Amino acid sequence: MRIDEKLALDAFKTDKDSHIIIRHEICREKCKTKYCLFVCPGHLYSYNEELDEIVVEFAGCLECGTCMVACQEGAIEWAYPKGEYGVQYRYG
Amino acid sequence: MEKIDVVIAGGGLAGLACAYRLADAGLQVIVVERGDFPGSKNVTGGRLYLNPIRPLVGDMLDDAPFERKVVRERWSLLGKGNSLNIDFTGEGFRSEDHSYTILRARFDRWLADKLMAKGVFVIPKYRVDDLLWDGDSVAGIKAGSEEIAAHIVVAADGVLSFMAEKAGLRPKMAPKNYAVGMKEVIGLSEEKINDRFNVEGGEGCAHLFLGDVTKGIFGGGFLYTNRDTVSIGIVAGIQGLMKKTPPVEAHTLMDAFKERYEIKRLLDGGNLVEYSAHIIPEGGHNGISKLYGNGIVVAGDAAGFALNMGVTVRGMEFAIASGVIAAETIIAAKDANDFTAKTLAGYEKRLEETFVLKDLVSCREMPEFLDNESFFSYYPENFPRFIEKIMWFGEWPKGKIGAALWKELKGSGMLSLRRLKELYNIRKI
Repeated sequence: MRIDEKLALDAFKTDKDSHIIIRHEICREKCKTKYCLFVCPGHLYSYNEELDEIVVEFAGCLECGTCMVACQEGAIEWAYPKGEYGVQYRYG
Repeated sequence: MEKIDVVIAGGGLAGLACAYRLADAGLQVIVVERGDFPGSKNVTGGRLYLNPIRPLVGDMLDDAPFERKVVRERWSLLGKGNSLNIDFTGEGFRSEDHSYTILRARFDRWLADKLMAKGVFVIPKYRVDDLLWDGDSVAGIKAGSEEIAAHIVVAADGVLSFMAEKAGLRPKMAPKNYAVGMKEVIGLSEEKINDRFNVEGGEGCAHLFLGDVTKGIFGGGFLYTNRDTVSIGIVAGIQGLMKKTPPVEAHTLMDAFKERYEIKRLLDGGNLVEYSAHIIPEGGHNGISKLYGNGIVVAGDAAGFALNMGVTVRGMEFAIASGVIAAETIIAAKDANDFTAKTLAGYEKRLEETFVLKDLVSCREMPEFLDNESFFSYYPENFPRFIEKIMWFGEWPKGKIGAALWKELKGSGMLSLRRLKELYNIRKI
């Protein structure tokens, strides 16, 4: 099963604003490793070559925080989604 | 602003256990939870050991919605195409209430309902955004447009604890101190679970896997049987994932694990019902935050209370125990009408007298011991290989088994100084 199909099984309530802000200038100037592209359990990060930007599909975020811990340069500003939003586990 | 006694950030096991004890002592307490209900943002492997917390919990866990009693403990070393297992069961594990698998969305919600029946306010759907300050003392919380003033704030907001960070009690999170856990819950009938895992109804299995499952990265696989689901997952050190060359996409480890011959048939016909992820503290004693300040204490994962003992991983009983002990400290602070760090230092002293800090201290060498690729690649590759060499019969005469094993042991470096040192270092853990 593909990762997006797995995420589709989870219950999400999606806010219109992202709880993950990426500071692209830090990615461009300082980051050579791009750990975010492979540490995320939801595989939500990708690189847009045209814009030279890291993109995150925050709606599928499992709220683990791995990307924030792995981003050594501090380019990922990460907060929990506001109350009522985000993933709602039914098993956990 | 009128102050209540205690406001608790986070309705997980630490926060709820703390509230339970406080309510029994008659203190005013409010629990603020960001999820739709307590448990809706939590993930466990996982299982809860009961003996360590029995003296602390009173009637808190009476009638708890446990999934299955763990009567079978399994460990596997996974090579690339082979594996070696240990399968343990014992009478005591079957007859006594030793440990149980749980699912947090059910368990925490049940405990919150029990709390509310006691008259405690558990407020869901509110994210604690910030702390209120009164000089150099924490004086409550902000959640959305609401402010709740309190004599004490309990930061029980989980492993990422933004409140402990804001209070200056926790430094920036270092990748080496954390692992990411990924889990799938797979629906399977009770009968199938009983048959496939060789257990009676109500009984279950806890199974840890080392080796190929994390491609040599610090961590491993796990499988716990629930009532009519199986929790299966991977834990991988964040630093290990970052250093891995060539890089491995974390989520692909899960699929490769489930495709293993050893796993595939166990899950056959099951349907995936949920995919989750959560960070786990792996720093042991060195990863613990400062535990208290003026008007604030930190409990559970927020404080870094989790312990990877190699043969098992523990966290939830640390959360429950630290929550109860935080409550006892707060009750004493209320009696003394002193909510400063001076009184709250009693929290750490109390923890030092219980398994929470005793076990963390006695296992303080464990993270360094386990931070060794040998455990995640060398041993899981070689031990199953020795068995394979012994058990494989080719067209030629087999010859002496002992001599063949000796040759393998020597050739694999198992008798080298490095391996002896690793063996010798076992005494430290």
